[in-house]
Formats: sequence, structure tokens, C-alpha cells
Amino acid sequence: MATREIAGVTVEIDENGYMTDHTAWTKAIAEAFAKEEGIDELTDRHYIVIDFMRKEYEENGTGPSIRKLNKQSGVNTKELYQLFPGGPAKKAALIAGIPKPQGCV
Amino acid sequence: MKKLVILGAGTAGTMMLNKLEPVLSKEEWNITIVDQYETHYYQPGFLFIPFGVYNKNDVIKPKRDFFPSGVDVMLDSIDKIEPKKNQVILKSKKILNYDYLIVATGCKINPSETEGLNEDDWYKNIFDFYTIEGALGLAHFLKYWEGGKMVLNITEMPIKCPVAPLEFVFLADWWFTEQGIRDKVEISFVTPLDGAFTKPRASKVFGDFLSKKNIKLIPDFSTGRVDHKNNKIISWDEQEVPYDLLVTIPTNMGDEAIERSGMGDELNFIPTDKHTLQSKEFENIFVIGDATDLPSSKAGSVAHFEADVLLENFLSVIDGRPMRAKFDGHANCYIESGFGKGILIDFNYDTEPLPGKYPLPGVGPFSLLEETKMNHYGKIMFRWMYWNLLLRGAELPIESQMLMAGKRK
Repeated sequence: MATREIAGVTVEIDENGYMTDHTAWTKAIAEAFAKEEGIDELTDRHYIVIDFMRKEYEENGTGPSIRKLNKQSGVNTKELYQLFPGGPAKKAALIAGIPKPQGCV
Repeated sequence: MKKLVILGAGTAGTMMLNKLEPVLSKEEWNITIVDQYETHYYQPGFLFIPFGVYNKNDVIKPKRDFFPSGVDVMLDSIDKIEPKKNQVILKSKKILNYDYLIVATGCKINPSETEGLNEDDWYKNIFDFYTIEGALGLAHFLKYWEGGKMVLNITEMPIKCPVAPLEFVFLADWWFTEQGIRDKVEISFVTPLDGAFTKPRASKVFGDFLSKKNIKLIPDFSTGRVDHKNNKIISWDEQEVPYDLLVTIPTNMGDEAIERSGMGDELNFIPTDKHTLQSKEFENIFVIGDATDLPSSKAGSVAHFEADVLLENFLSVIDGRPMRAKFDGHANCYIESGFGKGILIDFNYDTEPLPGKYPLPGVGPFSLLEETKMNHYGKIMFRWMYWNLLLRGAELPIESQMLMAGKRK
């Protein structure tokens, strides 16, 4: 299993660079991931999404789709794309410390 | 008498009916199948209609031709399933009780999910080809079109038959060439994925085909709305693509009856065990075909491989035995690439499409992830197989489990 340094700690990551143990996640890690993705500051709106993603992952073993986020997280699709430009489900999962959502075939 | 109810007489439901009917004892079992429509559509044929290769009569047959005698057929729509009461309520208020339920209610396009799509220009210069109406409308439009910007967009994943949009643009390139207007048509392929397809090696191969055929690939574009007054599609992050003709793959969703029953996810797909095909919530409910939430392709070939697994598991469960058959996500797709050629891919949950020969390792006659004339003949032959073998539940000379033999890594 590969590891990397982020926010001063060492975490295990998968081949896509996503954390494999979501319990090792901290807000400092989230902020460091966000910076790498070009998001300078994580606002309360970002954290609504991040918290929802983590809760979904803990309950269902997989991150939610954008559609589910839109319906249930309190942040609509339009805003999701503003908060996490270029792919909300993938980017928010990375920042939230959960695996990349399963791509459908 | 024990009661088995099958909801939906499309590809998956009809196949299951024809596999189960001969093996369940008539003295012990009563089988009912429910569907709201009388006509069975050969959906893979819709792709060819816009280009005049098939007409309507090539893709329709009465559903009753595929129902064995002795089965109760209900021509009715489903109001809802009440899984805790083991009941299905039909629109006519009739109540069907069941011991076991097989849900095969499929999926369909839902243009109303996208702002600006289902409005004045729907079927004027915006068409789908996932319905008979859309495919016929598009055939009529293309017959008289003199060229311009043709944009194909996939609104969001998952979609039924994920290779069909690629086939459509490949065939369009061929057809406009035949019409002598290819130089007047600009073709764009707009997708929310980061490449031409979901799996890396196939995505690379298809991406090369797109560029070879001078089709512009616009990846990472999630369609947010359609500005039909100004003829452009706009993504959630405000990129714009202008069109003269929009061929759209709208959001695909499971049946509304699933939503009314409270059994679906946010797209009305039913949470289903990806190996056993049993509903995750209810032990006496099985789900097959496009109605599931499995991370596999929504396609007839997948439903066909699932049917073999479901048959075995269903027979175990009614005997009080553990389920042993496991679906591996096997899919097998013939992809028309135009000019009388085709590409074949064969893959499952864990193995992406690889090059090789199929179904006989090293022999073929079909070539995997390669463009050949033989692959095209395979696709053309398949229509006969579909009507005469597949729907009737006959054994086909291919394995339900994907095989590595014949594939190159």
C-alpha cells in the first residue's frame, strides 16, 4: 500500500491518491488536499458537503453521487460545481478522505 | 400453489419467464408476468433507424409471441410494490400476492430532468435515439438535413448501453460520408467522463477512433441545462457547446413505480446484491437487468448473463438452499464503427476490456477491441439470435462468466 505525507502526517493512499482509511482523516488533511486541488479555503458550505460525504461513506461504504448530494446534502448541483470545480463527486471525496466514488460503466 | 410474479416483460423479464416456466412444476407454481405495453422492441436496433438501415418493422414484435402458455399475463401498469405485504398493486387496483417477486422494470430516459430539454425544440432539432419515437424523428430529420454542427451529449451516467453513443457518432460519420455531406458536418461527442469510455484501455482505443474519424471529443462536461432558444448546451460549470442538431442521451432512471414503492435509490434503481441478484432489503425479491443498481453496464447482454445466475439462485432459494451462483458483472458489446465494420468488447466487474479473440480463444471468429468486418456481421446476426434464441431463454454457446482465455493483457 502506498503512503504519502500530507499536512505533516503520513497516510495510506490507493492508486488514485485517495485515502484508504477515512478514520485517519483530519481537517488539516482536508485543507491540504483542497489546496492541491486549487481550492484556497474550505468554507462552511464545503464542510456541509464533506461531512455529508463522510456520513454516507460510513453508512453505505461508498460516497454519494452528485445527484444524491443535490437531493440530500442541502447543497445543490450548481453550487457543488462552484465549490469543487471540475468534478464535485471526485474532488469532494478526495478532500473528505474517502475512496473515489465507484465509476458506473 | 406458490406464486411467482415477474414485473416487466422486456428483455430481462421475458428471458427469466422463459427460463423458469419449463422448470417450475405446474402443480406447485403459478407464474404471472406484468407489463403495460403489448409491443416488444428490439432496442439495439434503434441505433440503426436514424440512418435508414432498419425501419420500425425491423425492431418490433408482439410480446405475446414470447409468452409460454399457462402463464398469467397482466397487461397493466404497476402502481406500486408493497414488499412488506408481499403484494403488487396494479393501476387497475388489482392486487397480486406473491411468494417470490422478480423485478425487471428496466430503465428509461427522462428528458424532464434537464432544464430546457423537454420543451418546444424536443423532436425539432433535439432528439434522443433511445426511444422508437426519437429514432424515427431523427431519421426524418437527417433525411433532409444539409449539415451543420451535430452534437451528441451524454447528460449523466449511468446510461443504458454505454457504447451506443459512440456507435451513433461512428455511424453518423459513415452516413454523412455516404450522403456526400461529411465535409459540411461537424461532429462533437460530449461526455461527463474524462475520456471516450469508462475503462482505460477501451477509452484509449475509442478515443483514437474518434480522432481518426474527425469527431471532436469534449470530456468532463456534465450537462446542466439546454439553452434551446440559442441552441447550446451548458455545463454545470458554465462551459458552452453550440449545436444545430442535438442528439442527446438524457438522464436514465428506473421506473417511477420503484420510486412510489420506496424501493429505489436517487435514480430509482433498486439496491441489489451484485453477485446473487437478490434485493438487499427483501429476501424474496430478485432484481435483474437495467432495474438494478449494480456497477455493471445496463445492457441486454448483461441481463442475459444475469439470467443464468438468477435461474440457479432462484432454484436454490425455493429449495431452501444457499445461493451459489455469482454474477461477475460480465458484459459483451458489439460496437458498430461504420463502413461495415465493428469492434467487440468483453469485460466484467474486475477485468477491463482487453484485446484477443472471442468466443473461441485464439480462433474467434470475433476480435476483441479491434475493428473487423466479422464483428459487424456478429452484430447484424445478433438480431436473429435475440428474437429466436435469447428472448426464448435458449442456451447460447457462450459462457455467462467472463473467461480470461483468449484475452491478452
